[in-house]
Amino acid sequence: MNSAQISADIQDLRVQRIEPSKGWVSLRLGELWEYRELLYFLTWRDIKIRYKQTVLGATWAIIQPLLTVVVFSIFFGRLGKIPSDGIPYPIFSFTGLVPWTLFVYGLAQSSNSLVGSQNLIKKVYFPRLTIPIASLFAGIVDFLIALAILVIMMVYYAVTPSMNMVWLPFFFLLTLVTSLGVGFWLSALNVEYRDVRFAVPFLTQFWMYATPIAYPSSMLPEPWRTLYGLNPMAGVVEGFRWSLLGSHTQPGPIILASSGVAVIMMVSGAYYFKRMERNFADVV
Amino acid sequence: MTEQAVRVVGLSKQFRIGEKQAGYQTFRDKLTDAAKSMFRRSKSGRKSGTIWALQDVSFEVGQGEVIGIIGRNGAGKSTLLKVLSRITEPTTGYAEIRGRLSSLLEVGTGFHAELTGRENIYLNAAILGMRRKDIGRRFDDIVAFSEVEKFIDTPVKHYSSGMYLRLAFAVAAHLEPDVLLIDEVLAVGDAAFQRKCLGKMGEVAQQGRTVLFVSHDMTAISRLASRTVVLEGGRVAYLGDTSDAIGMYVKEHQSSEEDLELRTDRRGDGVIRLKSFACFDAQGRKVTSVGTGDPVYFSVGYTTKLKGLEPLDFVLDMRFTDVMGHPISTLSTRFSSPVPRGKVESDGLMVCKVESLSLAAEVYGIDLWLAYRGGMSDFVPRAAEMQVVTADYFGTGAEPLIRKHGAALIPHEWFVGSRAMECMPPPANIESPALPPGA
Ligand SMILES: Nc1ncnc2c1ncn2[C@@H]1O[C@H](COP(=O)(O)OP(=O)(O)OP(=O)(O)O)[C@@H](O)[C@H]1O
Ligand SMILES: [Mg+2]
Repeated sequence: MNSAQISADIQDLRVQRIEPSKGWVSLRLGELWEYRELLYFLTWRDIKIRYKQTVLGATWAIIQPLLTVVVFSIFFGRLGKIPSDGIPYPIFSFTGLVPWTLFVYGLAQSSNSLVGSQNLIKKVYFPRLTIPIASLFAGIVDFLIALAILVIMMVYYAVTPSMNMVWLPFFFLLTLVTSLGVGFWLSALNVEYRDVRFAVPFLTQFWMYATPIAYPSSMLPEPWRTLYGLNPMAGVVEGFRWSLLGSHTQPGPIILASSGVAVIMMVSGAYYFKRMERNFADVV
Repeated sequence: MTEQAVRVVGLSKQFRIGEKQAGYQTFRDKLTDAAKSMFRRSKSGRKSGTIWALQDVSFEVGQGEVIGIIGRNGAGKSTLLKVLSRITEPTTGYAEIRGRLSSLLEVGTGFHAELTGRENIYLNAAILGMRRKDIGRRFDDIVAFSEVEKFIDTPVKHYSSGMYLRLAFAVAAHLEPDVLLIDEVLAVGDAAFQRKCLGKMGEVAQQGRTVLFVSHDMTAISRLASRTVVLEGGRVAYLGDTSDAIGMYVKEHQSSEEDLELRTDRRGDGVIRLKSFACFDAQGRKVTSVGTGDPVYFSVGYTTKLKGLEPLDFVLDMRFTDVMGHPISTLSTRFSSPVPRGKVESDGLMVCKVESLSLAAEVYGIDLWLAYRGGMSDFVPRAAEMQVVTADYFGTGAEPLIRKHGAALIPHEWFVGSRAMECMPPPANIESPALPPGA
């Protein structure tokens, strides 16, 4: 290679400028897209570790929601006589648990994801957002397993799905957006304030009771029900029921409210994350 | 646009240290602080706990250049590489990097312990922004270089630290980055692998890639780097020719005199003890770096409780060793012309004069060994270090003499063509002594 050719090559190379970012930085979504292969890889890594390290592996993903449903059905369905929008109680609560499991998984994993990946963060550069995103995506496997169980249950209880089903991908997306929003906030906060992670189990528990999983949101009169949608998981759970079980509960307003909140949470979370990102390597 | 591979302009980095030395705070503290400050204005005590790890650092590196970075512990070397590899943001200033950058920072790249060697290679490639299909041939090179074929499908947590390092280095060097940053890789790993790494770094540079590397190993720096940055308290204390940089660094930071008395890693009965060591140039200035072929004076101070010491009673060996501790050459009172007889004081100096130091450019360790009447009195391994810098030894101004040519320099002449035969001794001279007289 002669020198002229080499200098031509240098000219072709992209110049990266490294400088302090000021104020509210851009999200650099283009960069995130460039690193999609890494996202895929980190997701795959998390899945692999999850199924390798737990003795029960995939069975855990089946047992956990099933046991919860059994407990719910006995205590809330049988003893508490909680209404279930005219749907058999086990399938009613399980449908709520399917997206909830994904949400909780994302919450737990992503809040600790940055600290858990500190050897990567301290040694190499890549868009840090990939880490909480990947740890949520790894939960999709569990979600799909739970969904498969739900289908089996639907067959067993002879619940015929309606045309509402075409909306299922939208509600799945809403679950992801909600989980990402909470995940971004918690993961960034947890780097700065290490005790955030101790608050997560409490937060999860509280949030679960505040979400219509064991009971229907139709128990609330309007306008309170729509206001209830400010908890984005309320909209998600009602959306799943509506699209899968075809419950006639008119969940439109609650879903709209939830979608708005979910998007706001995700965007603000991403910005907060980006803002904190510059110091991650110094403090983890 | 400039043609520089790396351009650093006024780069500074401030770290927060403060009372919470661990670096992170708890949310609870934050809340209580907030509650307190509602009642009285807090003096924002955390701001005071900051240090500048880098201050106004500026330099440029041309494409294909190898730059060494040296400095004492805490000088900011690692911080500089972290900022350049975008792991942490600078506080002020900026840097420009042309092309793809890969780095090996302190021990290990971003490996994940649970993943196998193979998976980690792909992970790191993805981090570099490489597609799986682009890796192809490089994968085999990485495995071959790291010599971990057998363990490539074993999770890296089962690797020995040497194997881990081998793989990490191989990944960083083989993914064909345009700029390669290396931080003290040579600290771990066996001698053979260190040599291999140094060789590879040279090779990478020859392919027109740029290398910045941090090391405390002056031999490695002088062997590879064309220019060197000396960092001192976060500032650039010197930037330029490697041998000058090392000379300056060694001079500043190594008190080669009077510290022998403090050394505890010595052996011998102590009848006579080594006290000090220093080198002087022809002008009588104390130096720590000497040019190849230059005159030099080594002065060794000793002390003893004995009265009336005879010079022939003791032997002093000064042994030059390379970075691995292998002996290169020894200057001994046993070899040189006899020291004049006579009484010598019990506190004194011995000076060894070398007309022309025939050693290639390298950092040499100097072992001192002193014996009294056949018994070992005092031995101080690596009592001092001496930097030999390249100079025009043969007086022709040609090729600079570096360690790859070997440590020993032999004065010589070459003859070509008809003169080649003429320059040899006549054949008669060779044969005649073999014949018995009068045969
Ligand atoms: N994350 C951090 N938080 C606070 N201070 C830091 C952090 N990282 C480095 N420092 C400080 O910055 C200074 C420079 O550190 P750095 O690691 O760059 O030194 P170095 O030149 O690499 O030293 P060594 O030769 O020991 O590797 C030190 O005073 C160190 O304490
Ligand atoms: Mg360092």
